[in-house]
Amino acid sequence: MSGVALGVDAGSTTWKGVVLGSAGEIIDSVVVPAEPLVEQQTRVELAKLREATHTPEDAPVGATGYGRKRVRADRAITEITCHARGAFHRTGKAGVLVDMGGQDSKVIRIGVDGTVADFSMNDKCAAGTGRFLEVLLGRLKVGWDQVPGLVGSAESAVSVSSTCTVFAESEVISLMAEGEPVPGILKGVHQSLASRVATLAGILPVDLPVFMSGGVALGRAMVDALSKELGRPVTVLPEPQLVGALGAALSVR
Amino acid sequence: MITRRLQYELIKHVGGPFLMELQGLQKRLKGRRGPRPDSPFGPPLESIGKLKDLMTRHYLEGRYADGAVPVAWVTSGFPVELLRTLGFHSVYPENHAALCGVQRLCSEYSDAAEKVGYSRSLCSYARTDIGGVLLDKTPVGRLPRPDLLACCTNICQTVLYWYRCLADHFKVPLVLIDTPYVYGAKDSAEHHQQYVKDQLEELMAVAERVSGRRASEERLLEVARLSYEGTMLWGECLAESTHRPAPWTGFDGFFHIGPIVALRGGAECNAYYRHLLDELRDRVRRGVGGIKEERYRLLWDNLPIWFNVREMSTLLAENRFNIVVTTYTNAWAEAGKRMDPTDPINSAARSYTHVILNEDLDRRLELMSRLAGDYQVDGALLHSDRSCKPYSIGQVDLRDKLAERAGIKSLLLEADHNDLRAYSTEQGNTRLQAFMESFA
Repeated sequence: MSGVALGVDAGSTTWKGVVLGSAGEIIDSVVVPAEPLVEQQTRVELAKLREATHTPEDAPVGATGYGRKRVRADRAITEITCHARGAFHRTGKAGVLVDMGGQDSKVIRIGVDGTVADFSMNDKCAAGTGRFLEVLLGRLKVGWDQVPGLVGSAESAVSVSSTCTVFAESEVISLMAEGEPVPGILKGVHQSLASRVATLAGILPVDLPVFMSGGVALGRAMVDALSKELGRPVTVLPEPQLVGALGAALSVR
Repeated sequence: MITRRLQYELIKHVGGPFLMELQGLQKRLKGRRGPRPDSPFGPPLESIGKLKDLMTRHYLEGRYADGAVPVAWVTSGFPVELLRTLGFHSVYPENHAALCGVQRLCSEYSDAAEKVGYSRSLCSYARTDIGGVLLDKTPVGRLPRPDLLACCTNICQTVLYWYRCLADHFKVPLVLIDTPYVYGAKDSAEHHQQYVKDQLEELMAVAERVSGRRASEERLLEVARLSYEGTMLWGECLAESTHRPAPWTGFDGFFHIGPIVALRGGAECNAYYRHLLDELRDRVRRGVGGIKEERYRLLWDNLPIWFNVREMSTLLAENRFNIVVTTYTNAWAEAGKRMDPTDPINSAARSYTHVILNEDLDRRLELMSRLAGDYQVDGALLHSDRSCKPYSIGQVDLRDKLAERAGIKSLLLEADHNDLRAYSTEQGNTRLQAFMESFA
């Protein structure tokens, strides 16, 4: 089956691409680490996707993410709009979407018609982003796949009060030096991150279901920490990393 | 003294006008370069040339002012009419700092201030100004040394400490006008106005001593009349943007504010705004807009992001958004409502107490709702300015209340009016773009 549109989410950490089928379904997708030469990477990856799905050359391309303006596309749209569109396509209802990406976190209120009613983003620093987690996992020498098991095994969370990535890193070094167990610190790191993102969500109405997208949503530990912080269930959207690219493809189909 | 005075008068009446004429002639000979065909903006305002001439002459005269006439460095919200009566040449460090901001000089100047211990958390205007003084640098050639420093707390408390530092540096007197904050009422209390009036009278005594001149009642009335007239003319210029399309943009307004801030109370300021008003009216008649296609109209709250004006105005215009009104530029027009040129001292006590930053959030909300209605805006951009805390505090509440009471969608944009190190262009643009997309 060939695609009717392609979506590109050229993020700061990963490059995501989807091929959209005529019924609005994802018929193929790819997630690869982002390369600095985003234009070239996009050309190569899109060619592969087109070939694999027999999608015609002239199928429209929607682009989002920080590299959106560097990509040859029919439309360049912000991640905020694309994530909202992708999420609405998945859920069909109004809600609050928390998107935690590599470079920024966004809390978006999606209206009943699927449009962006309101949004807030982290300030211009790494607090509350995937990068925060990445740096601290590196310092704790823990791989992404080990996170759920370790957090699950923690007896209690060791408090990490800094939300600033640089300060949190030195705090974690001190905690490790004091002999605090890694699972407990890891749980504390997740709580710290969740509390930062919950502050963003705090200014938006809370009487709506909460969804989550972005690469960070792949980790159960983060979803649980956020859910606890918000005091309500958080539903992870299917293929959370692809929601932005899906929204971009939907915008041009 | 006599030589300096002669130099000053020559520059003011002969050299300055001659240089401007020469520049104008050069421009005419070179031919006017029109805007790019794909520019999203309407034809540029013809008045911009006159504005440049006026401000250039002001700074040029400044170079020769000290030693020739008394010089005061004053805050933007200072009742300068009183000083003008005594013939003071006024320098506006905020206005000058904004000029440095546009030219992206803040980092260099601020570094000099930070090196001697001023915190980066301090207002970037203060850092730009103090840094410039320490480096003895300015893009305008030379700033005259002050004989008097004059600050009014109606815009913030920072000015008090900033000007005390300047007073210590220049070893000259500092006069302070303290304006009690107006909250919970539409009008400031009578005893508050009396308190301000008493200070204004004290100011006159100090200014007379510093300048060695005596104030004349007749001259004070004349300056007050000119100031009132200029304020009203500025208001009329802004009000032309209630038309669709607005004949200019809010960004144009940020630059055209120069004369009403720095030359208020002078005949040249008013002549300029008369000229600008004629042009704006003509554009309205001909349906010429500040941007080529005005689809959405926005209100701007807070100071501009001086170093990013071009980029932001282009991004907005390309997406058919025009800023048609700003609370910042409106502040100098709003003052007119409480001015009475026949009673200059009481008028100054009242109007300078009631400036936007000296009034509570309810008044701010009232003002913004009114402006939003008058200018028929579709949304608002609230610049959360790291350097201007009094302007930025409460914006989260204002944003919620604007949506709740006036149905106006707003974006909080975190930036700084002068320090580009405190701003992330990519993130700022993404937010702005997403905000614009939400209107589609």
